[in-house]
Amino acid sequence: MTRDTGKKEIYLDHAATTGVKQEVLEEMMPYFSLRYGNPSSIYKLGRESRQAIDMARERTALALGVSPSEVFFTGSGTESLNWAIKGAAEANSSKGKHIITSNIEHHAVLHTCLYLQKKGYDVTFLPVDRNGLLTAEQVFKAIRKDTILITVMTANNEIGTIQPVAEIGAIAKEHGILFHTDAVQAIGNIPINLKTLPVDMLSLSAHKFYGPKGAGVLYLRKGSRITDILQGGGQEKGRRPGTENVPAIAGLGKAIELASQNIEKYNAHMLNLRNKLIDKVLAAIPYTRLNGDREKRLPGNANFSFEFIEGESLLLLLDMKGISASSGSACTSGSLDPSHVLLAIGLPHEIAHGSLRVTFGETNTEDDIDALTEALIFSVGKLREMSPLYENAAKNI
Amino acid sequence: MYSDKVMDHFMNPRNVGEIPDADGVGQVGNPKCGDIMKMYLKINDGIIVDAKFKTFGCGAAVATSSISTELIVGKTVEEALKITNKAVADALDGLPPAKMHCSNLAEEAIRAAIEDYRSKNPGK
Ligand SMILES: Cc1ncc(COP(=O)(O)O)c(C=O)c1O
Ligand code: FES
Repeated sequence: MTRDTGKKEIYLDHAATTGVKQEVLEEMMPYFSLRYGNPSSIYKLGRESRQAIDMARERTALALGVSPSEVFFTGSGTESLNWAIKGAAEANSSKGKHIITSNIEHHAVLHTCLYLQKKGYDVTFLPVDRNGLLTAEQVFKAIRKDTILITVMTANNEIGTIQPVAEIGAIAKEHGILFHTDAVQAIGNIPINLKTLPVDMLSLSAHKFYGPKGAGVLYLRKGSRITDILQGGGQEKGRRPGTENVPAIAGLGKAIELASQNIEKYNAHMLNLRNKLIDKVLAAIPYTRLNGDREKRLPGNANFSFEFIEGESLLLLLDMKGISASSGSACTSGSLDPSHVLLAIGLPHEIAHGSLRVTFGETNTEDDIDALTEALIFSVGKLREMSPLYENAAKNI
Repeated sequence: MYSDKVMDHFMNPRNVGEIPDADGVGQVGNPKCGDIMKMYLKINDGIIVDAKFKTFGCGAAVATSSISTELIVGKTVEEALKITNKAVADALDGLPPAKMHCSNLAEEAIRAAIEDYRSKNPGK
């Protein structure tokens, strides 16, 4: 099948990943084959690589408002989360085995917690409300004498909802419980300053903010006691051994620097696009709902459910028009269940099925909104014509 | 991940719609686990002369519905009952492994529509 040719490709899946920015790429390039030295080597070539890592660490620390000694480079967001959660659980198991999290965490957190459950830990998965939000009160009430870790995401990857991490962190601090937040979707999209935000550990991933894939950070506040999950050489103070991925780390440093410098402008751009899109789509297409809180959500995130249709079919039709987006439908997940996040906010299976996530990025424009809306009117209409469910609904009115 | 043939049947599905005076109608699947397929058949002297469908499901579900209607029109009821999900998938130049279950739906929908026809026309 040929896709509509001559049309601009419109990428609306920035929560999945972003493309590496030119300035970031330039920062990375020398460290592939020109300055290939091992950062642990003492000669010049090695020292140059070491300097690149030091620079990246400083940039990251500055962007987050922390000390460089609290920044640890890892191989992904997933690795950072695994380290934080498993490391905190193991280091504190003599104090207790209770962990508090939410029921809309990314699989990297969810499955890590389920793994710990099998190992004898007790995990409370706090339910979010219909808008996808948790309250600090819920966390407070869930705290027990044996609670050793609270891990709640800053912002959700599917519905974009932003949790009250400052309040949750304050409660954790009062109780002397370690608090970790998965900020993978938040960094680069909303301002985060750890000088004032009471979190002990934070995970981030470079590919969500125009940096390379396979580069993450675990921020570990000084004094936070966690064990390490990898054993090996002396890299990252011996806490995350393995020869460093120098180009990726250099790219991460540049990307987070740019992201924090541009955050206000970027934020405003996203907000404008997102609000216009939501208004337009809800007005243009009947039997449509917005998933996740309208206000407390990432500036670039919109998540809709179109009743009577299935998300994968919708993605295929959009792709034919050169538009890339994502869906929480069961048919895209390869399992029989739709996204756990959409079920957690109380959507029935068939409505979760018809979900579409649109996440904007730097190069999107208002023209993209018009193109998407037009494509949606066509595609949703076409699928509803084919749908036995729509037939019944049409008869009932 | 889909073959060109699947994409063709998904983008230009054959025989979408309803047959108001159908001789047999079958609906299978359920919205909870994903997919629903509704098949309408027009049958003359034991031969399927027309078939139409409506489907709620993924690209593979739509494509298998579409090709199934093409496969059964002109066939006798007995011949139509012999069409397997494998035959449906083969006619589409294959389906990704994770999508094979979608082709069961087409087989089941044909069967359900024929059962409906037989229950209304005992002895046929
Ligand atoms: C909220 C959230 N946490 C964790 C991850 C995992 O990050 P990575 O892809 O770097 O392993 C992602 C990315 O998909 C995410 O969106
Ligand atoms: S209908 Fe869900 S995977 Fe095919």
